[in-house]
Amino acid sequence: MSKQYKLIHCTINGKEREAMVDVRASLTDLLRNDFRLTSVKKGCEVGECGACNVLINGECFNSCIYLAVWADGKEILTLEGLEGPNGELSDIQQAFIDEAAVQCGFCTPGAIMSAVEILNEGRELSDEEIRIRMSGHLCRCTGYENIFRAVKKTMLKRLGKE
Amino acid sequence: MYDIKALYEAESVADAIRLMQEHPEAQIIAGGSDVLVQIREGKRAGVELVSIYGIDALRGVSYDEEGAIRIGSLTSFSHIAADPIIQEKIPVLGEAVSLVGGPQIRNIGTIGGNTCNGVTSADSASTLFAWDAIVELAGPEGVRRIPIGEFYIKAGKVDLKPAEMQTAIIIPKKAYEGYHGNYIKYAMREAMDIANLGCSVNVRLSEDKKTILDARIAFGVAGPIPMRAPSAEAAAKSKETGKETVDAFAKAVLEDIHPRDSWRAAKAFREHIAVEMARRALIKSIELGGGVIRE
Repeated sequence: MSKQYKLIHCTINGKEREAMVDVRASLTDLLRNDFRLTSVKKGCEVGECGACNVLINGECFNSCIYLAVWADGKEILTLEGLEGPNGELSDIQQAFIDEAAVQCGFCTPGAIMSAVEILNEGRELSDEEIRIRMSGHLCRCTGYENIFRAVKKTMLKRLGKE
Repeated sequence: MYDIKALYEAESVADAIRLMQEHPEAQIIAGGSDVLVQIREGKRAGVELVSIYGIDALRGVSYDEEGAIRIGSLTSFSHIAADPIIQEKIPVLGEAVSLVGGPQIRNIGTIGGNTCNGVTSADSASTLFAWDAIVELAGPEGVRRIPIGEFYIKAGKVDLKPAEMQTAIIIPKKAYEGYHGNYIKYAMREAMDIANLGCSVNVRLSEDKKTILDARIAFGVAGPIPMRAPSAEAAAKSKETGKETVDAFAKAVLEDIHPRDSWRAAKAFREHIAVEMARRALIKSIELGGGVIRE
């Protein structure tokens, strides 16, 4: 069979986009290859490590096991969408740096996007809840404690509690 | 790139049935957290897919006209857990599906996919077995509804006829009203892991909370498909909510289950924890129902 394509429209990091998508492509393929959004990492590619995590309509998804054609009509946010107009880091990115939650950095964009989903709820989560919500990420460097601290600190700061 | 030969996107249930009739070799993809992983592993290489992921009519939890709880087959685990109807009437289902994979998997994984792939370890399945769930299927011949126990045929095989798909899971009112339940998953990690054993129990107590009017228990990974433990249920039915009943109930599960040795856990270990999990889940269910366990 000849290759099959579909024209899709979606919003990526606030911009309306159009793409001719190979139906065999994952959303990771689309974001990396067509839009050069290389914060979206190819890790395990079977939905276990969370390195490819992005927000779709405000919810976290591993883009490696999400068909690119499904992005039609959706709003997608990657780590690149967090930076300010002059490339400034967002509070959660800065917190990851301050808390030494980054070592090799491969899991970092995915982990930060899970943190963004949490922070967007605008409520205070318990320590247990934060740990559960961050549990879809494998990090082989930091031991998770620093990641947890960065997320909690940013959450409290945004709620005016620190 | 996935090794996919062709992808057909369905916009409605009728559309999906038509596409499956036109492409009899095609397989359904819902959220894809099993199907895409299997393609990546080479198991379904060159597959034709009918995607039902875009059928929004199959999402959401509602009451039907008879007061039964209707869960659309494409409802994600996270949406089930957050749903007010589930939280009020069968919170244990929300708790069970909150133990599937990790947060991202719970956003893509659907209850329909979890049951249609026919695996014994599905965290939703034992709870659905224990709550007498009904599976709604739609195909060229129309709609039919069957008990979930009949839907599972053998490991990896469910009762889906050609061009048929699952459209909803239904919990009848008489199956949930007055019942309280608990699910225990035994796994090596608390996230991103598959159950060594799953146990779901629920009970309906008498008005004075001293008698178990009805007890239901189901296991995952205690056999090739999820299963009820009728001997245990009989051991608790119409009995006092005492320690003796709990012990008899827990011990009786060994008459019903037949787990196997696998790299995840040994048969003897699974049998050992099955008794303990049944005991704990029953005690918890009785407590949730307002009862106390008397010595």
